[in-house]
Amino acid sequence: MNIVVCIKRVPETADADVSIGKSGKDIDKSGLAFDLNEWDGYAIEEAILLKEKLGGTVTVLSIGGEDSNESLRKCLAMGADDAIRLTDPAFDGSDGFVTAKILSEAIRKIPYDLILAGTQAEDDGYGQVGVVLAELLGIPHAALVNRLEVQDKKVKVHRELEGGLEEVYEIDLPAVLTIQTGINEPRYVSIMGIRKVAKKEIKALGTSDLNLKAEEVGLSGSDTQLEKIFLPPVGEGAEMLEGKPEEIASKVFDILKDKGGLA
Amino acid sequence: MKEIIVLAEHRRGELRDVTWEMLSKGRQLAESMGAEIGVALLGKGVGQIAEALKPKAHRVLLIEDDRLENYNSETYEKVLTQLITERKPLLTLIGHTAMGMDFAPGLAAHLKMPLATDCIGMDAAGEALSLTRQLYGGKVNATVSFLKKGPYMVTVRSGAFPVIEKEALPGEWVKIPSPLTDEGLAKRFLQYVEAAVGEVDITQADILVSIGRGIKEAENIPMIKEFADAIGGTLSCSRPVVDKKWLPKDRQVGTSGKTVKPKVYIAIGISGAFQHIAGMKGAGTVIAINKDPKAPIFSAAQYGIVADLFKIVPVLKDKVKGLRGK
Repeated sequence: MNIVVCIKRVPETADADVSIGKSGKDIDKSGLAFDLNEWDGYAIEEAILLKEKLGGTVTVLSIGGEDSNESLRKCLAMGADDAIRLTDPAFDGSDGFVTAKILSEAIRKIPYDLILAGTQAEDDGYGQVGVVLAELLGIPHAALVNRLEVQDKKVKVHRELEGGLEEVYEIDLPAVLTIQTGINEPRYVSIMGIRKVAKKEIKALGTSDLNLKAEEVGLSGSDTQLEKIFLPPVGEGAEMLEGKPEEIASKVFDILKDKGGLA
Repeated sequence: MKEIIVLAEHRRGELRDVTWEMLSKGRQLAESMGAEIGVALLGKGVGQIAEALKPKAHRVLLIEDDRLENYNSETYEKVLTQLITERKPLLTLIGHTAMGMDFAPGLAAHLKMPLATDCIGMDAAGEALSLTRQLYGGKVNATVSFLKKGPYMVTVRSGAFPVIEKEALPGEWVKIPSPLTDEGLAKRFLQYVEAAVGEVDITQADILVSIGRGIKEAENIPMIKEFADAIGGTLSCSRPVVDKKWLPKDRQVGTSGKTVKPKVYIAIGISGAFQHIAGMKGAGTVIAINKDPKAPIFSAAQYGIVADLFKIVPVLKDKVKGLRGK
């Protein structure tokens, strides 16, 4: 079972105070920590679980500058066999479609039975790349997978729907699956684990290695373009309860009595 | 005739709300683009659903086939490829839902049609579109434009557009023959699996005490449980807590979990992703505790406390215990 996993290194913004950068087209990333995209952590874990059960190889792919090696090495430390970084200044400004196109050209050169990707990325949130990748490779797919079981030349998957419902499909391999968070418990990677793979070669491939033309990638190949970013408008918002913790607690108690029927 | 097509989303005999939202917004866009609005309905025995859609569109584009009984990205892609190729709509709107996310990107790539996903705003200037979508989990909004000529496809976030009631449209029937054959599919629908029923039904609770990513460790949950017990509340949570297996799925509030309507909802360490807010906006009163004053949860709350939950919750618990004990 040869598995390819597509990953992305993203800034961690969930708990960060985010501000708009000078270009007006992206956030100010100075001072932010970066890590493997949350969805991709589940995708790589799922690939390694499959490899441990069925044998074969796991190859990790990422588009990005040298910084992305950090996330690729994390995947190697988790148990991936090979890592390839797709990098070229011409890739800058690529939208979801072009991102999938670049990945598809790299994957054509690798033997694969299964391709896994996160359902979406924490930063741009397109939720698009995995499904387009399947279309470009001409193979079946399923998005939002929260359970999977490989059976010979097929895979049985559960797709997460709204309201806790799931739908189950049987899909012929090779296929692309986009992985939803919560499908497994991604393993912890220690500093020692990262050190062990520090010397492992990470191949870097660019436009010419991938049979792509410069006009097919980056902004010139893209269908969409980001004009500007701005902070979301704040609604009426909440009445802020302020004061010492004890005073706040008294106010909360009054609200509970008033609105919640607290006896 | 210029046209905008909205894809009706339905599951197990029921239309999903995003359909009405897209029809309402689609109609407004059609008016400003000098176009009409058509609603595409794919399914088996969906006459009743089609009837309900009629007043919301100039025409109902109905494709019925036994093979369309349950959604499948492969059949949907085939049918919609034919429909869009023949009708050449200016714009096709599809929900950015579990269904739309599974096939719209593939369909757009197949048709070589520019696609913008998960949009929360759409404005037309002539036939050009300006879109609003969110980045970094909703921390910033972005204005996005298309670089290539249409026709376009946009996937629309559920709950992003209000349903505005307007006079009925003619809703002319257009029955379209299905292009599907008995040719085998590489992806086969097997069944639905219902959500597991847990021991506690959070949809019935009057007071919910809900925790999110801010709880940091499973070991911190008993402290919150004690507070919930002190006020007679039930413990619930946002997605990250379930993903980490700290609480079972039946405690999850949000799009992929449960929709709740308690009298009081106390959100503790929950930033307020739109998927979570969609599940709790029906609450009577919302009290949010978060250390980030910019957290989106405060926009969905009536009362806010900017504080470290580990400092404030024990004080709340002691206060309630003390006052209730009297």
